[in-house]
Amino acid sequence: MTQTDLPTPTFGGGYDGEARPRMGFFTDTSICIGCKACEVACKEWNLVPERGPLELSGTSYDNTMALGANTWRHVAFIEQARPVQVPDVDLAAAAAAAAGAGTTAPQAREGMRWLMSSDVCKHCTSAACLEVCPTGALFRTEFGTVVVQQDICNGCGYCVPACPFGVIERREEDGRVFKCTLCYDRLKDGMEPACAHACPTKSIQFGELAELRERAEGRVQALHEAGFGDARLYLEDEANGIGGAGAFFLLLDEPEVYGLPPDPVSTTRDLPRLWKAAAVAAGVVVTAVAAAVAGGRR
Amino acid sequence: MSSNNGRRRRRDMMVPEAEFRSYYGRPVIKEPAWTLEIPWYFFAGGLAGAAAPLAVAARMSGNERLARSAVTVAAAGIAVGTPLLVSDLGRPERFHHMLRMFKPTSPMSMGSWVLAAMGPAAVGAAVSDRLGILPGLGRAAEVVSGLLGPVLCTYTGVLVANTAVPVWHEAGRELPLVFAGSALASAGAASTVLTPAADAGPARRLAVVGALVELGAAATMERRLGELAEPYHQGPAGRYARLARGCTVLGAATMAVAGTRRRWAAMAGSGLLLAGSALERLAVYKAGFQSARDPKYVVKPQRARIEAANR
Repeated sequence: MTQTDLPTPTFGGGYDGEARPRMGFFTDTSICIGCKACEVACKEWNLVPERGPLELSGTSYDNTMALGANTWRHVAFIEQARPVQVPDVDLAAAAAAAAGAGTTAPQAREGMRWLMSSDVCKHCTSAACLEVCPTGALFRTEFGTVVVQQDICNGCGYCVPACPFGVIERREEDGRVFKCTLCYDRLKDGMEPACAHACPTKSIQFGELAELRERAEGRVQALHEAGFGDARLYLEDEANGIGGAGAFFLLLDEPEVYGLPPDPVSTTRDLPRLWKAAAVAAGVVVTAVAAAVAGGRR
Repeated sequence: MSSNNGRRRRRDMMVPEAEFRSYYGRPVIKEPAWTLEIPWYFFAGGLAGAAAPLAVAARMSGNERLARSAVTVAAAGIAVGTPLLVSDLGRPERFHHMLRMFKPTSPMSMGSWVLAAMGPAAVGAAVSDRLGILPGLGRAAEVVSGLLGPVLCTYTGVLVANTAVPVWHEAGRELPLVFAGSALASAGAASTVLTPAADAGPARRLAVVGALVELGAAATMERRLGELAEPYHQGPAGRYARLARGCTVLGAATMAVAGTRRRWAAMAGSGLLLAGSALERLAVYKAGFQSARDPKYVVKPQRARIEAANR
């Protein structure tokens, strides 16, 4: 369906003097080492229960597989049969050295590229989960993040299929939905989220969104100049179907390779058209009933 | 790709599958957390929603016998549907949190308000009619219920379309009409069963008209979905869709050809139309799950959109 452009929600609305700058994550996957410290720190700080018995997925080192009720940070591992870019290695010299030492020389056409990326809730500007939530359990905090109020959620599950990223999920044994809170409790105390704090390479960077966006621009430029033409930003600005994200990424391949939708759209952008279609259908109901009755008793 | 097990005969009629990339074939979006209570609520709510205006129209035309049947069907639909909806909640004891806010961006919020207003009205109208108590109030409740009914049987189409589930979202224009037709067919059929043949003419006609709307809207939906309609031809959704359409066509034909003269034909037709209506909701419900599960339904249209924009 074609989209209706809805105004971007005003941030800090309803918070008056207590509104804070919009905070977010910039996840630079080019320096992620797949250590999963973010997953562990998130689980520990937020007391997120285990997913179930530990299983090996058989897909590289990924054993959490997807974001969900019990996985608020998910590290994806992608193995690609293409050479790692090593711009500073002189292959001829390396081959000579290897021949002298009796070892195998590095080959230009050999090896694989290993992409690692820590995924998280995007804290969308047009957050479908929040917009469809009938109880108001999902709300926008003073930091511009999207959080579930667990004392309000009645587990209707509407946010689950509404999310274009498959982030939010119902915890079956609990009945309510859960997702990343961008460590709302830590933010209130002036601390950074647990995942960003634990990240040893600063792949996960936390800060004011405006500042992070500038930093990301600089980083992608630097990577392009260093010969990493694959580097690209994902959801870095407002020119997307979710009106911008509180958590955006630097990726080294297409988003779908990381399990991310290439062109996510908040479903509620189409809602005016959907209600119009329902109005037409309701009109058909009334007309059909009137016509059926007007046709006589027998 | 997980969907290569489609029936051979169909496959050569389809457009060849283009290349798409994904994370180990894992889903991009989540399947809904809903369970089978939801399609059955859609059926029961649709039954109530279309029967309520039929009751009002029948009363206005002086057909008291049909009005009584329709008002009973409306009350029964609501009485069965509401508990189904509550029991699907992860925390059923918090069902009243639905009425904390009035939120037009949430079709579920709007539906909850319609249900909260229509439930007591429909049940009150039926009780008043059956027991003959407070007839004035009963008639007023019947009118309220009749006005809200068309909303109740169509908002559910918006509810499912307002998600990231491709086969639902992209069918947003047709789904409310599919549900409306299905609701009309079932309400007409149920009212036919409860009404003596001499007074059931409008119910029989409504059932046939509803069936035609349902079949037409579903066909349009599939045509416009194009490649995305694939779940309607595969797996459980495919089976439900074929059964639904078979029952609906057969039911409508039986009702139209022999329903006026033969009581058994009207009853058989009604049974088939009720089954067809329920199966249609199950088909839509299952198709949504199937399209959420396979990343190609999410990635390919989005990729195509990007390529179209870059062209």
